Amino acid sequence: MSLQIIVMVKQVPDTHNVSGDAMKPDGTVNRAVLPAIFNPEDLNALEEAIKIKETIGGKITAITMGPPNAVKILKECLYRGVDDVVLVSDRKFAGADTLATSYALKCAIEKVEKYDLVLCGRQAIDGDTAQVGPQIAEKLNINQLTCVSEIVEVNETDITIKRSIENGHEFLKSNMPVLLTVTNEANEPRTPSAKLAVAYKNISGKTSDESYDDEYLESGIDDPISYIKEWNVESINADPQLCGLSGSPTKVKKVQSVVLTASDVKQIQNTDEGIAELINELTEEHIIG
Amino acid sequence: MSNFYKDNSDILFHMKNMDLSWVVDLKEDGFADKGKYSYAPEDYDDAIDNYGRVLEIVGEIAGEFVAPRSSAVDEESAQYKDGEVIYAKGTAEAIDRINKADLAGFTVPRKYDGINMPITIYSAAIEMISRADASFMNLFGLQGIADTITKFASEDQKRRYLPRFSSGEVMGSMALTEPDAGSDLQAVMLKATEGKDGKWHLNGVKRFITNGCAKISLVMARSEEGTKGGRGISLFIYERDENMKIRRIEHKLGIKGSPTCELQFNNAEAELLGKRKMGLIKYTMYLMNGARIAISAQAVGIAEAAYREADSYSRQRVQFKKAIRDFSAVYEMLTDMKVNIEAGRTLLYETSRIVDIKEGLEDKIDDHPESAGDLKGEFKRYSKYASLFTPIVKGYTCEMANKVCYDAIQIHAGVGFTCEFNVERHYRDVRITNIYEGTTQLQVVAAIGGVIGGVVFERLGEYEKNYDFQPVSDLFAIIREFRTQLESAVSHVKDKGDSNYQEFHAKRLVDMATDTILSYLLCIDAIKSERKKKVAQLFISKAKHRIESDLDYVLSNDDCYIELHKDIIDSEEIV
Repeated sequence: MSLQIIVMVKQVPDTHNVSGDAMKPDGTVNRAVLPAIFNPEDLNALEEAIKIKETIGGKITAITMGPPNAVKILKECLYRGVDDVVLVSDRKFAGADTLATSYALKCAIEKVEKYDLVLCGRQAIDGDTAQVGPQIAEKLNINQLTCVSEIVEVNETDITIKRSIENGHEFLKSNMPVLLTVTNEANEPRTPSAKLAVAYKNISGKTSDESYDDEYLESGIDDPISYIKEWNVESINADPQLCGLSGSPTKVKKVQSVVLTASDVKQIQNTDEGIAELINELTEEHIIG
Repeated sequence: MSNFYKDNSDILFHMKNMDLSWVVDLKEDGFADKGKYSYAPEDYDDAIDNYGRVLEIVGEIAGEFVAPRSSAVDEESAQYKDGEVIYAKGTAEAIDRINKADLAGFTVPRKYDGINMPITIYSAAIEMISRADASFMNLFGLQGIADTITKFASEDQKRRYLPRFSSGEVMGSMALTEPDAGSDLQAVMLKATEGKDGKWHLNGVKRFITNGCAKISLVMARSEEGTKGGRGISLFIYERDENMKIRRIEHKLGIKGSPTCELQFNNAEAELLGKRKMGLIKYTMYLMNGARIAISAQAVGIAEAAYREADSYSRQRVQFKKAIRDFSAVYEMLTDMKVNIEAGRTLLYETSRIVDIKEGLEDKIDDHPESAGDLKGEFKRYSKYASLFTPIVKGYTCEMANKVCYDAIQIHAGVGFTCEFNVERHYRDVRITNIYEGTTQLQVVAAIGGVIGGVVFERLGEYEKNYDFQPVSDLFAIIREFRTQLESAVSHVKDKGDSNYQEFHAKRLVDMATDTILSYLLCIDAIKSERKKKVAQLFISKAKHRIESDLDYVLSNDDCYIELHKDIIDSEEIV
C-alpha cells in the first residue's frame, strides 16, 4: 500500500512579464496577451510530491481545472514524473471565483476517492488569493498545513513540516489525509526528464469516465499512461449551480493598486474567541462585510 | 533567467538547417527501438524533434541552474579532505540536476538506459553547459567513458556498468596521464599484472586525472612487462575501492570546480577492457578523439559566455559621450569575436557529424557484417575525415576561445581585471582548453598528415560537388583561391623534401587548411541565410590576409629559425 498523492496545479498568465496591455480597462487580467505558464508555487508543490515519491514511494496524480489548453501544464507534470493527470474542464466552470473553484476541485479529488496527501502551491500569481488550497481542505474536511517551506519528515501515516509564520517558522505534524500549501522557499523545482519529455510529447486529452477503484489504485505505478483524462461537471458529480459564475458570490467592485505597508504584526490566538475577535475587528474596519 | 538553447540563435540555426539524416539513420539503425522504448523516435522528423526537446532541457538547466552557481563554484572550488574529494556545493547540485533529468546517459544506447543522442547533439549540449560553468563541463562532458565501454567492452561489462552511468549512480574518469607520460602516452608505466586466477591488478601513479574520484575509471596501464612502446599498453575498467588512494588534487588557474586528482594504485583489482595491447593504439585514441571534440565544445561555450559579457558591457559603458561599441577599435573586436565563434561552431558541428557518421558506419559494419561490403569504403573515408577534422577543430576553437576571452577583458578594460566581473573567470577557465587533451601544438602534429596527404582537398572537393555555391558566387571565387593557395603551399613543402622545413611550417599549413575549411563551411551556411552570408564575408575578409601571409612565409624558403634558434635560446654567451 503506497501513498496516494494528489497535486493541484494551475495554468496562469505570466504576470511576471507584463506588458502595457496586460490589464483590461475593467481591471481584469487580459489573458490573451500574456503567455500561459505553470503557476510557480504549484511547481514547488509538485517537486515536493516527487521527492516524497522518491523517498518513500507513492503514486502521484496531478489535477488541474482550466480550458482544454491547460493540458500543457499536465504534460509538464508528466515530464517531471507524475503517474497520472486529470484535466477538469467544462464551460460550466467558467467565471469561477475561489469558492466555486475549490468546490469543483473538491469534487474532482473525491472522485479519486483514496488520497493521503493533497499538495497545492501556496497561491497563484494571477489572483494571489491563497484561498483555494485552504478551502479545498475545509470542504474535504481534512487537516491543512499552509505556507509549508519544508517537509521535515513523512511516512505512510503522518507528516511533519516547517511553515513560515510572522517573525519565524513553526514545526507542525499532522495525520493523513492532509492538504499542504507549499511556498517557493521549499525547493528549486526540477527540470523535465529528457526521457519523459520525449515519451509524453504527443500525449493528448480524452474524455474519461474511468473511476478510481481499488484495482486502479494498486495498478503498476510505472506503466506509462496513454492519454490525459478529461473530466467535466457530470463526471465529478458536481452541482452545476455551485460551479462557475453561478457558484461564485465574489463580485468585483473596483480594482485599485494598493501598496501594502504593514507596520505592525498582531498574533491571533487559534481559538474560536481569537478568530471572532479578528472578524469583529475586520468588520469594524470595513475590510470585510 | 534564460534558456541557453532558446536564447542562442546560432545553435538554433544549425539545429534547423543541419542535415542529420545519415547520422539519425545510423544512430537509430532503422528505428529499431521504435515501440520498445516510449522515448525512441519513430522517424527522422521525430528524432530531430526529440533532439530539440532534449537540448531545450539542457539549455534550461545550463541557463537557470548551473550559470547562477558558477561564480560560487569557482570561489569554493573542489576540495580535498582526508583522502577524498568534495565537490563545490553548486557542482554537487548540478550533478543531481543532470541525473534527475535523465541526461547522465546522454550518448548511451537505450538498451542500457541511456537516451542515445548522437555526438553532434552532445556537442551542442556540452557547449551550453560550458557557457554556464566551464568546470561543470568536465563532469558532464566525461560521458565518453561510457561511450568507450559501449564501443569496446564485452556485453557482460556493458550490462554491468552502463545502466549505472545512465542513472547517474556512477561517474567516470579517464586515468591516462602519468608524471612522466603527458603528451607522450607511450611512456605510461603504471603496471598491470595478471594473476594466476586471471584477475588483473594495478600498481602505480596517475596524475592530472579529471574527476579521478569517480567510481569508475578507465585506467591505461602497461600489461606487457618489459615493453616500452604503445603496444604494451592495455585499458582497464577500475571500480573504486580502498586500494586506490587519491593523494592530492591540483590547485589550478581555472576550472576550479573540476577536481584534478593524483591517484595511487596499490594492487587495485581491475578488469581488462577489450583486447590486451590495444589500450593506447585503439581504445585510448578513440577516447581522446571524443574528448577533443568535447573540449572544442567547451571552448566554444566559454567563448560564447565571454562574448556575451563583452557585448553587454560595451553597450552600457559610455566614454566620450558614446557607447564604447561605437568605436571602431571595439566593434572590430566584437565582430571578430562573434564571427569566429560562429566559425568555430559550424566546424564543431561538421566535425561531430563526421565522427557520428564514422562511428555509425563502424557499428553498422560490426552489427550487419553481411552488408559490410559497400560500407567499408565509406567508413574508411569518414575515418580519414575524422582524423583530420578532430585535431583541426580542437586547435581552432581552443585558440579562438582564448583570444575571445582575452578580448572580452580588453573590452571591459580595468574592471575586467577585477573579480567583480565574470570575464576574468572565463579567461582563467579557457586557458586549459588549448592544453589538455593534447596541446594545440600536438593538434598540428595530428592534422598535418591529412593536409600534406590531401585528405583536406578530398573533403573540400566534396563540398564543391555537393553544394550549389551559386547564391554566394562572389565569396566562392575567393575561397576557391584559398584552396589553390593551400595546394601550392603543400606542393612547395612536399617538393622541397626537407623534413625540418615541413615540421617548421606544419603550423602554417594547418592554419591555412583551417582557414580554408572554415571559409567553405561558412559559405555553405551562407547558402541558407542572408545573415550568414555577411558572417562568411567578414571571416573571409580577414582569412584572406592570413592565408596570403602564411603562403608567403611557406614559399619563402626562409629557414633562419631552423638555423639560428640554438644560437639564441641554447647559448648563454654574452657578446
